[in-house]
Amino acid sequence: MTQTSTDPRAAWLIRLGDSALILGHRLSEWSSRAPTIEEDIALSNLALDLIGQTRALYSHACALEGQGRNEDVLAYRRAEPEFRNLLLVEQPNGNFADTMARHLIFAAYALPLYEALAGSNDAEVAGIATRSAREMTYHLRHAGEWMIRLGDGTAESRDKAQEAFEDLWAYVPELFEADDLDRKVAATGFGVDPSTLRPAFDAAIDAVLARATLKRPVERHGISGGRKGVHSEHLGHMLATMQYLQRAYPDAVW
Amino acid sequence: MAVPVLDETASAAAWAAAARVTDPEVPVLTIADLGILHKVEVAGDGAVQVTILPTYSGCPAMGVIALGIETELARAGFDRVAVRLTNTPAWSTDMISDAARDKLRAYGISPPERTAGKRALFAPSADVACPRCGSADTERLSEFGSTACKALWRCRSCREPFDHFKCI
Repeated sequence: MTQTSTDPRAAWLIRLGDSALILGHRLSEWSSRAPTIEEDIALSNLALDLIGQTRALYSHACALEGQGRNEDVLAYRRAEPEFRNLLLVEQPNGNFADTMARHLIFAAYALPLYEALAGSNDAEVAGIATRSAREMTYHLRHAGEWMIRLGDGTAESRDKAQEAFEDLWAYVPELFEADDLDRKVAATGFGVDPSTLRPAFDAAIDAVLARATLKRPVERHGISGGRKGVHSEHLGHMLATMQYLQRAYPDAVW
Repeated sequence: MAVPVLDETASAAAWAAAARVTDPEVPVLTIADLGILHKVEVAGDGAVQVTILPTYSGCPAMGVIALGIETELARAGFDRVAVRLTNTPAWSTDMISDAARDKLRAYGISPPERTAGKRALFAPSADVACPRCGSADTERLSEFGSTACKALWRCRSCREPFDHFKCI
C-alpha cells in the first residue's frame, strides 16, 4: 500500500480531509457529555458535517490518485506520521470553552478556505467546497455565539473563555503557513494558498472577540508540524480509539 | 469507450420510478421534490445510471436513498442499476420546489428560506413562519435538531414547537 499520494491534488485534498476528520472525531467525543441536550445534538451535528466533508474530500482524492485506496483506508489504516491535519484540531476537548474556542478558530479559517476553493478548476472540488462553506457558516455562528455568551457572561466563564484562546493561539500561525504543495495546487487553480486567508480570519475573530469583550491573545512563535506529519502526543491516543475496530478486525464491515 | 446511446423512452420511465423514492427523514417528500434526483440515464443495453446529489455533508440518508432507487427501478423492470453521487453541482435548499415547500408546511415543518448561505453571521434570523398557525412571531430554540437538515423553533403565538428545514 502506498503511504503518501503521488498526485499533488490528492495529497492536498487529503490534508483538508485529515483536519476535518480529526476535528469531527474530537467533537463526537462530546456525545452524551455536553452541558445540555440541545448542545449535545448540536455538537453531534457539527461532528457529522465534518466527517461527511471528510468522506467527500477523501473519496475524490482517491479517485484522482487512482492508487486503489478508499476513504476507509485513509481514515483507519494510517498512523500518526501519515496524518497531515493541523495541530489545532487534535488538541483535547478540555472544558466547553476550550472546545468552542478551538471550533471558532477552525471555522474562521475553514470558511474563507472553502469559499475560495469554491472557485477551483476541478468541478467536483468546487461543489464539495461550495456546500462545505455553507455549513461552515453556521459552524462559525454557533461557536461565535457561544464565545460571546461565555466571554460576556460570568467572571468564571469569562476567565475560561480567555484562557482557552490564550492556550490555543499558539496553533493559529500554522493555519496560514504555506508550503510547496500549497503553492503548487494554488498556482494551477486547483487549490488555495492558506496564507491568503489570514485577513478574513482576523476579521471574523475580531468581530467575535469585540462582542465577547475578550482580548485578542498576543501572537508569539507558533507551533507547527502537522502538515509534515509531526504531531502532538494527543493524536496517537485519539487514533487508538478511532481506529481500534479496523485494526483489530481488518476489513470488518456492517 | 464509445458514447453510450441513450434510450429516451426508457430513461423517462426510469426517472418516473426513481422519482417515487421518498426521503427517509422527511417521508412526505420525494427525492425529486428535494432536488436530490439529478439525472437518470438508460443506455441502449438497458443499464441504468442514476445520479444523485448528496445534501448536508452529515446526512446519513444517502445509502438508504440509493437502496430505495434500486428497489423502485427493479419494480419497474430495470435490473441493472448503478447509483452515482456527485457534488457537481452542489446541492442547495434552493433546489426544493414550491410544491415541496407546501408539502413540508402541511407536514408541520417550516420550509427553508430561499437565501442559501446568504445570511449575515450575527444578523437576526430571517422570518420563519409557524407551520401550524402561520404566525411570524417565532423564535429559534436551537440551530440543530433531530436530523442534519432541521433546526428547532417555537411559535410565540400558538406556543407549539416545530422543526425548521435548515437553509444551506
